[in-house]
Amino acid sequence: MSSTATTQTRFEELDRYIDALPDRKGALIQVLHVAQDLFGYLPQDVQMHVARRLNIPAAKVFGVVTFYSFFNTEPRGQFTISVCLGTACFVRGSEDVLKEFEKQLRIGRDQTTADNLITLTTIRCVGACGLAPVVMVNDRVYGRVSAKDVASIIDDCMAQGGK
Amino acid sequence: MNRYRMHLMVCGGTGCRSSHSVQIVEALNQELKRAGMDQEVQVVTTGCFGFCEKGPIVKVYPDNVFYIEVKPTDAAELVAEHVVKGRTVQRLVYKDPAGGQRIAASTDMPFYGQQIRIALRNCGLIDPESIDEYISVDGYQALGKALSSMTQQQVVDALKKSGLRGRGGAGFPTGLKWQAALKTRSDKKYVVCNADEGDPGAFMDRSVLEGDPHSVVEAMAIAGYAIGADEGVVYVRAEYPLAVKRLKIAIAQAEEYGLLGAGILGTAFSFRIRLSLGAGAFVCGEETALLNSVEGGRGEPRMKPPFPAEKGLFGKPTVINNVETFANVCPILLNGPEWFASIGTEKSKGTKVFALSGKINNVGLAEVPMGITLREIIENIGGGVRNGRAFKAVQTGGPSGGCIPKSMLDLPIDYESLAAAGAMMGSGGMIVMDDTDCMVNIAKYYLDFTVDESCGKCTPCRVGNKRLFEILQRITDGKGTMKDLEDLETLGGTIRDCSLCQLGQTAPNPVLSTLKHFRDEYLAHVVEKRCPSGVCQNLIHYRVVAEKCIGCTVCARNCPVSCIAGERKSPHVIDEDKCIKCGVCFTKCPVDAIVKE
Amino acid sequence: MAKLKSLEELAKLREDMRTRTEMRVTGTNPDRVVLSVGMATCGIAAGARDTMKALAEELAAHGIENVSVVATGCLGYCYAEPVVEVRFPDKGPILYGDVDAKRAKEIVDQHLVKGILLDHAIIGKGAGRR
Repeated sequence: MSSTATTQTRFEELDRYIDALPDRKGALIQVLHVAQDLFGYLPQDVQMHVARRLNIPAAKVFGVVTFYSFFNTEPRGQFTISVCLGTACFVRGSEDVLKEFEKQLRIGRDQTTADNLITLTTIRCVGACGLAPVVMVNDRVYGRVSAKDVASIIDDCMAQGGK
Repeated sequence: MNRYRMHLMVCGGTGCRSSHSVQIVEALNQELKRAGMDQEVQVVTTGCFGFCEKGPIVKVYPDNVFYIEVKPTDAAELVAEHVVKGRTVQRLVYKDPAGGQRIAASTDMPFYGQQIRIALRNCGLIDPESIDEYISVDGYQALGKALSSMTQQQVVDALKKSGLRGRGGAGFPTGLKWQAALKTRSDKKYVVCNADEGDPGAFMDRSVLEGDPHSVVEAMAIAGYAIGADEGVVYVRAEYPLAVKRLKIAIAQAEEYGLLGAGILGTAFSFRIRLSLGAGAFVCGEETALLNSVEGGRGEPRMKPPFPAEKGLFGKPTVINNVETFANVCPILLNGPEWFASIGTEKSKGTKVFALSGKINNVGLAEVPMGITLREIIENIGGGVRNGRAFKAVQTGGPSGGCIPKSMLDLPIDYESLAAAGAMMGSGGMIVMDDTDCMVNIAKYYLDFTVDESCGKCTPCRVGNKRLFEILQRITDGKGTMKDLEDLETLGGTIRDCSLCQLGQTAPNPVLSTLKHFRDEYLAHVVEKRCPSGVCQNLIHYRVVAEKCIGCTVCARNCPVSCIAGERKSPHVIDEDKCIKCGVCFTKCPVDAIVKE
Repeated sequence: MAKLKSLEELAKLREDMRTRTEMRVTGTNPDRVVLSVGMATCGIAAGARDTMKALAEELAAHGIENVSVVATGCLGYCYAEPVVEVRFPDKGPILYGDVDAKRAKEIVDQHLVKGILLDHAIIGKGAGRR
């Protein structure tokens, strides 16, 4: 997501993607992926826009958006911290890690800090079970995380914040 | 072309990359340049070696030396010692925990000793982003052989004769699927690769896609030829960005070489492959839900029959197999179905990749012949339970599978015997639990997962699993009754028999299998109101042993709810009503005067 | 890269590419023959690099597979550098001394291809080991 782009240019870019599709049949999920990349999340006006452009009912778009955990209807922080709750991480103590994040960030699961810096969420297995417990910050994987490491991961986000 | 005298293979899988393997590649290249050896020695980023526990891995050819836990700062020593002087750097070599001796060659390590690598044959051997390296190890020869010298029926027959069964779950014979799709007449057919690896604790498909994407591309093209399809779709998890990237590269390279596209290798056969990204829904691993998702809708399963081979993607005949299944196809065509069928057991042929994780020493991927026992995998390959604790159970098959107790460790692994034990082959996740894991809590964990991931289409799964979860919640809270145990069994049976898709049908497995094999733990929770493993918070109590307490006040000062009272230098007391069982006092006490019971 | 138009073109490409990964496939084969070249300081000073190159070239010229050419440390035969050890899987190692490029080619032509030892150049023999 580029912060300089205006809403207008983002809609234009989304339209360019949709226009370039060889086949709109079955393209809804791929379009929503692109839209979320552009806008950061999928608010109602974006969903309506997609529905109109693909000529499908808005209810269907909403149904798909809410079905898949990857799509968000609320804005996210600059950093999304995802604690893995897959079984391998779970049996190696990722619940304690999650609790520590909740305590230190003073937010619950799927919530965002007041300064819009960090969203805390959980995921089910990124397949890096050798490094359990695993925490992902945006695309970066932190392995063998214990409750003791939580503060430094948050510090990393703070240090890079705003950039 | 430059002929290098030495190859340094660095693991570029997700696990090792997050432990800085990219920086290791950079550092090695820099050091080689400095030593003037960059024309003699090649650094190759390759796929997962499977020994994820000790990553990042660097393997040296032709010496066949296997380095573990390498850091970017080790690059200078590796180049100065091994590359320049030919001396193995002993401190980075695997040390056998049993005998304590250093083992330099991977082939001598117990982890690799019992493995037969078919699906993972190229992982760790080639650069996954180079089609030339794939071709150098017989890549696309199977496609060439099929197109030039086999009829469609002969390809299907080879698959049937090999005995290959689906590696993603239920184990349906692959050849029969292909036969059904070949037989169905249609103007359009599809080949779909299920790369929506959702079982927590299973990561073999990710490793194949990251380490050998061409093997999947080639096998899909073979499937296309066999059934008469001209289009393939890989449905891959958006959570696997590296796998997506490498697949895209592989497809583009295959198109450039004319191995995908129109008129492949000068024949009339045309085949294209496109990617479809998932969006985070576990149920999409179920094949008909996956098809709905590829069509852009909610990933809800369809009624079967009709099966996808008759009416699949966009209503057309579709072959759908998972990644590991496809990865077995090319070797079967090249080496012959008889070779494949000679490996494994009577009904389960070939090998299976297992992802070992949890409380085990060697977390990683191991490909072993079917029929090997659980004990061999856990003790020999996995190196036993971590921290010397006692083995309690192994969970196979993810949320659809079950927990297998110690008494059944000598069970040979194949589809039938795992199912008979109340578990499942599933995708091959194998999570080891030790005596600190509470089996009731584990069952609750899986039900929480299922409730979360149920698509909501059919009632037994949507409502039934929720009720199962609530009963388990009651039991772990210490409010369970004997009636609850009965209800778990009857309700579990109903969900298993009445749900629409495999997600619902198999969801009660974790409960039913633990209830069968670990009934004593359920009874302890219900009758004695006690959690034998000390996991369930509402069933544990902290108590100060008055004789041991020195009255240092550390516990009282650290207690977040101030529920510990007592004078300095005299025994303290915990107020049970206020205690939130956070365990801080237990960990902080300098003289171990606080007990958890 | 032009598109491959036939099975023959694919087969040819495979032969061309084989050298890229041959070393790795051979490296884990228990039946491989290992040629170890002493590449410590004195070995390199005596020309061990040329020896190594010559070995590799001659092997390629004969199309011999399943042989690994490995650099190793000092073998202690300083007077005879460069030294090359030939180890067949089921036989004891044979150590050759003063192996220049010419002798390297001889080792491949005689010892590896025909199974004839170069008696005049042998400086040591080891016991069989498996």
